[in-house]
Amino acid sequence: MPKVKYIENNGQSHTIEVPKGLTVMEGAVQNNIPGIDADCGGGMACATCHVYVKEEWFDKINPKTEGEDDMIDQAHQPNKFSRLSCQISVSDEIDGLVVNLPEKQ
Amino acid sequence: MIKTDALVIGAGPTGLFTAHQLKLIGLSCEVVDNLDKIGGQCIELYPDKPIYDIPAVPECTGEELTNNLINQLKPFDIKFHLNERVEEVKKNNYMWQVKTNKGTEFSTPNIIIAGGVGSFEPRKFAPKECEKFEENSIFYSIKDKQIFKNKTVSIFGGGDSALDWAIELSKSSKVNLIHRRDQFRGAQSTVDEMNKLVLEGNINLFTKYQLKNVHGSQKLEGIDIEHENKEIKNIKTDYVLGFFGLIMQLGPIANWGLNLDKKTISVDTEKFETNERGIYAVGDICQYPGKLKLILSGFHEGALAARACFKLARPNEKYRFEFTTTSKNLKNRLGVKD
Repeated sequence: MPKVKYIENNGQSHTIEVPKGLTVMEGAVQNNIPGIDADCGGGMACATCHVYVKEEWFDKINPKTEGEDDMIDQAHQPNKFSRLSCQISVSDEIDGLVVNLPEKQ
Repeated sequence: MIKTDALVIGAGPTGLFTAHQLKLIGLSCEVVDNLDKIGGQCIELYPDKPIYDIPAVPECTGEELTNNLINQLKPFDIKFHLNERVEEVKKNNYMWQVKTNKGTEFSTPNIIIAGGVGSFEPRKFAPKECEKFEENSIFYSIKDKQIFKNKTVSIFGGGDSALDWAIELSKSSKVNLIHRRDQFRGAQSTVDEMNKLVLEGNINLFTKYQLKNVHGSQKLEGIDIEHENKEIKNIKTDYVLGFFGLIMQLGPIANWGLNLDKKTISVDTEKFETNERGIYAVGDICQYPGKLKLILSGFHEGALAARACFKLARPNEKYRFEFTTTSKNLKNRLGVKD
């Protein structure tokens, strides 16, 4: 099963096996990783599952879809590696993905 | 002081249908919501997104669902208190005393919290120092645009609110518009108008910049903005406006002594009552084993909580279960003639 590493803003990291086909957001929520709220439940409607994808992974994950950047505009302290974790789907190709969580959602 | 059999907090789909159920069984109720319109998340977050899992409604948008629920409430006279947030809840004998941020007071035996994921609040700037200037030089909404006349105003954001205010205030203020990327999500005609004003020198546009820091003692004097490539610019400004949309916060609900589980409220599955007698939680905000965050679950939870309210509101009467298809009583309340 592909592994995803979530690093909290305070440095604490969690490596979780996330079943293929789930999103990085679902992997976090189902395993009670603090720092990802996902208020809207994955509808790309709230920007509370914002993560910073580790630079070397940024171009390997599925690209942003239309509207994602519009939501990231509303996120807390976005940068060029910002993504909504509900829009990143987990697959074997991204086994080992690392995402950093923002200070707050 | 408003006396009511039940107070519903939240005017999203669950709150609306809960109000319907309360009125149908003959109880009075009033509804409070922090937003300026009815509909909750359905209207605020996804008015145009189709929903496919409302029973017997193959497809509808958040807006259509809301309008249908409002229509369903037409037979009843229900007072909505919009733009108000419940701040305080206190027990006085067997009644709950409730106070909103606008000073409205209620006395009720029953409070049903249908608060979704909490109340919508504006998203704020990241630097902590901004708090000091809030409502003085830094604003997230505009109440009186006159104060900006002949002043320098720095507006952050890339949506319609930021663009509309940049255009409006450029008529009588010096306007800086700052956005984290070079695409704007506002309506194309608004973006075009803004670009025209930039070319004419009426708006100073800074793209790929975000707020880094604020300066000033009593009043704001200047801000630092940081480019994606880490370059920092200092700008003199009298006011700063931030338009980053809304985020849901549990807010004052967290202080009412209810058992919470993260951002949700624990309830039983008979009455959807919290650990406080007479306070119920329904819809996305409630938590119990097997909870599904679906609109249809909210309808079910609201219907049961409404029946539980009956016992506390009419302690000397017995609740009688009836169907709308056959009951004269219910038809009368619905204003339906046989």
